[in-house]
Amino acid sequence: MQEILQYLFSGLTNGAIYAVIALGFSMLYSSTELINFAHGEFVMLGSLCMVTLAANLGFPLIPAFFLSICAVAAAGLLFERLAIRPVRHPEPIVLIIITVGASIFLRGVGMLIWGKNAHSMPPFSQHPPLDVAGARLLVQSIWILVIVAALTAALQMFYRRTLTGKAMTACAVSKKAAWIVGIPTKWMVLLAFGLSTGMGAVAGAIIAPITMSSYDMGTMLGLKGFCAAMLGGLGSLWGAILGGFLLGILEALGVGFISSGLKDATAFVLLLLVLYVRPQGIIGAGEVKRF
Amino acid sequence: MNDKANKIAYAVFALAVILLGWQVDNEYYLQLMIFIGLNTLLALSLNMLMGYAGQISLGHAAFYGIGAYVTAILTTTYQVAPLLALPAAVGTAMLVAWFVGIPTLRLSGYYLGMGTLGFGMIVHIVFREWSSLTGGASGFVGIPPLEIGPVVFASGKNYFFLVWSVVMLCLIMCRRIIDSRVGRALRSIHDGEKAAAAVGVDTKKLKLQVFVLSAGMAALAGFLYAHLVYFISPGTFSFVASIRIVTMVVIGGMASIWGALLGASLLTLLPEWLHAFSEFEMVVYGLILMSVMIFLPRGLTRGVLDVYERYRKSHER
Amino acid sequence: MLLSKKCRFAAMAAAVLLAGALIFTPGVFAESHQKAYKIGGIFSVTGPASFLGDPEKKSMELAIEEINAAGGVDGRMLEPVIYDTEGDPSKTVMAVGKLINKDRVTAIIGPSRTPTTLAVTPMVKRAEIPFISCAAGNKIVEPVKPWVFKTAQSDTQAVASIYEHIQQRDIQKVGIITVANSFGESGKEQLLAQAGDFGITVVSSQSFGASDTDMTAQLTKIRQEKPGAIICWGTNPGPAVVAKNAKQLGIEIPLYQSHGVASPKFIELAGDAAEGIFLPTGKILVADLLADNDPQKQVLADYINAYESKYNETVSGFGGYAYDAVHLLARAMEGTNGDKAEIRKNLETLKNYVGISGVFNFSKTDHNGLDPSAFVMVKIKDGKWQLLE
Repeated sequence: MQEILQYLFSGLTNGAIYAVIALGFSMLYSSTELINFAHGEFVMLGSLCMVTLAANLGFPLIPAFFLSICAVAAAGLLFERLAIRPVRHPEPIVLIIITVGASIFLRGVGMLIWGKNAHSMPPFSQHPPLDVAGARLLVQSIWILVIVAALTAALQMFYRRTLTGKAMTACAVSKKAAWIVGIPTKWMVLLAFGLSTGMGAVAGAIIAPITMSSYDMGTMLGLKGFCAAMLGGLGSLWGAILGGFLLGILEALGVGFISSGLKDATAFVLLLLVLYVRPQGIIGAGEVKRF
Repeated sequence: MNDKANKIAYAVFALAVILLGWQVDNEYYLQLMIFIGLNTLLALSLNMLMGYAGQISLGHAAFYGIGAYVTAILTTTYQVAPLLALPAAVGTAMLVAWFVGIPTLRLSGYYLGMGTLGFGMIVHIVFREWSSLTGGASGFVGIPPLEIGPVVFASGKNYFFLVWSVVMLCLIMCRRIIDSRVGRALRSIHDGEKAAAAVGVDTKKLKLQVFVLSAGMAALAGFLYAHLVYFISPGTFSFVASIRIVTMVVIGGMASIWGALLGASLLTLLPEWLHAFSEFEMVVYGLILMSVMIFLPRGLTRGVLDVYERYRKSHER
Repeated sequence: MLLSKKCRFAAMAAAVLLAGALIFTPGVFAESHQKAYKIGGIFSVTGPASFLGDPEKKSMELAIEEINAAGGVDGRMLEPVIYDTEGDPSKTVMAVGKLINKDRVTAIIGPSRTPTTLAVTPMVKRAEIPFISCAAGNKIVEPVKPWVFKTAQSDTQAVASIYEHIQQRDIQKVGIITVANSFGESGKEQLLAQAGDFGITVVSSQSFGASDTDMTAQLTKIRQEKPGAIICWGTNPGPAVVAKNAKQLGIEIPLYQSHGVASPKFIELAGDAAEGIFLPTGKILVADLLADNDPQKQVLADYINAYESKYNETVSGFGGYAYDAVHLLARAMEGTNGDKAEIRKNLETLKNYVGISGVFNFSKTDHNGLDPSAFVMVKIKDGKWQLLE
């Protein structure tokens, strides 16, 4: 029993991270129909910025957190402006390869700035792990869960209550129609990039204390986030959250009850099964763009 | 008339290959061109699927790996002659593709991408974890060289000619398929699956057939790779490798047979040229990938032509 | 249709041009004979094993500089030609092909990882060129291949050191957690194979992905089996996460790490969680703690000084593999006039060379040349290495 609880805690922590990364994928997809393969690299940038600001330059946590997010979001905006918008025939596959190129580029930049070694930083608050029925829960895990919940609530508010958010939803439904009714779709795409990469930075910043940050951490995290987004259903806010937690918990249970070597395989087999039963993901948005 | 142009193109190509093989003596350049040939096969196989049938695969390295591992296990562990292992390697990959294809090809767009990606990851993990059979993460050592009758293909010139004859055969085969009724049906799937089904194309069956064919070609490349390097390890067939094949196809130009050749050449040669940048290699490589796609979004084959057209028009004025 | 025809020709033209560019790249025809010996180096300077490849590349350059400053080998300078493998077997094969056939090097040093080494051994054998690997795997020199040598300590010796220490502390049951790549796999093999010799049973064997962010699930599973110690086999940053997670879970039993984390970086990454961890390491980490009569003491001090003043960064435990390789090679090259078979023969009979990783004694049956004394057990205490007897 105690073990199962421990697996769940481990799964929840990882799941929350996957969820935030999946949110980034999903948001961007819903307003641009684009999958950003460089998303994991923005997570990496967020994580390393956080380490540099908080641990090396001695910034207080909160400014460091927001500064890293702003810095990464700015990089995201620049990326959209310089590499995505100039494309004359924006077919999805072309944009995907551009993001693949960008991921290699950003990894190279990360390596030049932060070197090849891993970096670590202390947790947000110094407090011993909590004991819940014999299982240990990290305080950082609670931080992560709280931040993810707050982020989800904020996004939900943004989409439901603000004009910009509604305009973005309109873009997601139909870009052309949104343009006709006077929504500046180009700005919306730019904004979506900023938000999505910012979200990646949040994921990076909150995991910096529990794991080690290095220039090549992004690929695997991006891949897991992409899986989570797919599992839940692309373009759906709740789908991303659900997919993230599901993936995290399945992985942890896979380690506990099947084999740690086959951990990733378990997750992917289940993912395939879900896709075969529900080809649009669990909370799928229906028709998807083809290549 | 089109046929004639085709034949000339192939003749020129064959001549270029023979000339290269005859002229170049340096093992390093031969090796480089052998790798280009292998990558061309991979890109060609995926191009059939992506460019013509419009179905993406983010797990194509899995079939490449299946081809390599099957021949490695048969020829090394069970001492089967490489020539007999070839049909087994290609056949296994095609069989796996058939089984996986039935449920996976029902998906579309990014979900298909995800499905194939997941499949690729699973195969990669199997290569890594089933160490009694595959040698695990450290890799499989001691694969014998390819022998056909009295001829031993031990890299260098004869391997160069072997690989490029295979590439040539595959190019011709693909060309024939594309120009046939099947090819037209395929392109109709690419343009609109529902419309294709409405006019009587059995889209499901056709997609599966192309997927299986494509897997077979990738496995063939894997077979050749295993007997070229004599060593394989799971890392060569990872997610990153799959993405690299997709990149070759798109950079070269989708739905273009010669595009596969160009894309494969560029992506094989680029890292060799970029060695000089050492620490900056990744940055430069990423920038080149991005700029090619930004400025020539239809790939190199079409892109070069587009640029030429524009140049001509501006001069006529 | 007109377009597609043109398209084809454009592509053809481009292909022919590309081929032309390939042929007429300078250096294909001209092969001038220079006085310097070219020494090839292949390291994973970037990629997941860059923590090995980067210091190895720097150490190789350092060693060659030293040798050249002392007048070279028989008056001829050494010239390094170093390529990055990114830890990728295909890239390594290409790089070795280039070194052998284009740069025409006299000998090759590297690569940093076991799979990349194994990938190029057939080429080395065919080209008959002396080859000194910097990777740890046993498979490299067992069975012995005539042209292949290695300078890194083997996993066999590291596992033996750990098990000896565990045996002394009267622990019978251990749980192991290994990284899912060639390094972890090789360690796992040895851990399972040698356990019986020391009367130890492995009660649980888990693995983790090289870039996983959390290993509590694996550790929880190990804890269920109630082992007396946990052995973690991996390279940074994974083992640091394992150390952190073990502390968070409140696991009190001793934690052993492999020589794969033997660098100050590990202590920095694991922070408090590094306290009390045991690991085997080459003597480089504890150079200043060694007894004065230790033969390696002076060599180590010189290397550390030279490395740190040249590159302005702390020395890691891994660069020494390449440093040793260059010096061994230079010694074997003396008086051979670059004859590869002679160099190989000299390497095989080289004895009592005091290097960074230990005292090398090569022979026909041993192409690693190190014995278990190459390793010492250390404990991390107050953020510092502590030498154990």
